[in-house]
Amino acid sequence: MAETRQAARPLSPHLQIYRFTITMAMSIIHRITGVGLYAGTLLLAAWLVSVAMGPDAYASFQSIAGSWLGQLILFGFTWALLHHLFSGIRYLMWDNIRAFELRQADFISWGAAVLGFVAAIIVWVVAFKLRGVL
Amino acid sequence: MVQLSLPKNSVPTEGKTFKAEGAKRVKRFRIYRWSPDDNQNPRIDTYEVDLDKCGPMVLDALIKIKNEIDQTLTFRRSCREGICGSCAMNIDGANTLACTKGIDEIGGDVKIYPLPHMPVVKDLVPDLTNFYAQHAYVQPWLQTKGEEPKKEWSQSPADREKLDGLYECILCACCSTSCPSYWWNGDRYLGPAALLQAYRWLADSRDQQTNERLDLLEDPFKLYRCHTIMNCAKACPKGLNPAKAIAEIKQMMVDRA
Repeated sequence: MAETRQAARPLSPHLQIYRFTITMAMSIIHRITGVGLYAGTLLLAAWLVSVAMGPDAYASFQSIAGSWLGQLILFGFTWALLHHLFSGIRYLMWDNIRAFELRQADFISWGAAVLGFVAAIIVWVVAFKLRGVL
Repeated sequence: MVQLSLPKNSVPTEGKTFKAEGAKRVKRFRIYRWSPDDNQNPRIDTYEVDLDKCGPMVLDALIKIKNEIDQTLTFRRSCREGICGSCAMNIDGANTLACTKGIDEIGGDVKIYPLPHMPVVKDLVPDLTNFYAQHAYVQPWLQTKGEEPKKEWSQSPADREKLDGLYECILCACCSTSCPSYWWNGDRYLGPAALLQAYRWLADSRDQQTNERLDLLEDPFKLYRCHTIMNCAKACPKGLNPAKAIAEIKQMMVDRA
């Protein structure tokens, strides 16, 4: 009797071929910023530890945080926090069964993306103004 | 663990090209091909189609290719009017029905793949066994307790209206296979199609198994892997909103707790 051989079935392409939508992008960015907030909270903890350790430790933390790379990371932390906040409000709306129409879902997603970025800029502009740098 | 890339045996290679000689209005169709018989990786074949001699829909082009260019091309189709759900596939980066997708809606080459993240039986035909098993799991039929009425189970027009937007599902699998959460956890997460049907019976005023139905979904994966990515609602060729139905189920879970 002839043996029927079944080749292992391939998996059809997915991420490779699916056209990204704003809601899809916002979902993954929400995750990434969420993970980023863990890292940012560690930075916050490191800052507190440096305060507890005394003036020298605090000064060296400040010099790292004040470098252009340090400021870039801190801006990223600010953005991640604010983006996560606005993005999270979308989930509160959806949990209350609001904004499920496709146009509404896209609107609040774009809105959260823009608000998160603009708010991060505003925080930093205000911070620089208060320090008299700007 | 989520595997973002394709397994080695699933990575498509460049395939053959079939030219349309003497055609004036040419559209190129780039189509995923895989045969269980030749022990090779999937490939992308290119078919040039003369639009002056072809119907308006993507399915028309597929049938023309199969009839006139390459009879080995394999795909499911039946009603050609968006009611059977057979010709669900990934066209131009989104899941939809080939029969209701106009060729003129697509700029550039028409890229056609089987429904994403599914085992491929051949070419554009995915294995939907798991998808159907998940549909069966939610027990998609009317369940009542107590005595049968003399005539039918009656329902007010207002209660019947609550099923609009739920009962029209044709089980084409466009939604479930558009969902990244279903891609990564399709073995444990029921997916938008099955959950829309679960809610269709939860929302039915005649059904009396509400608690038991919710028990079936009370699990970290079956229901709660929905992260409101909204791909399902965007893909649905019938304009239904599985994401919203899932939110309604989550609400019912909270309300009964």
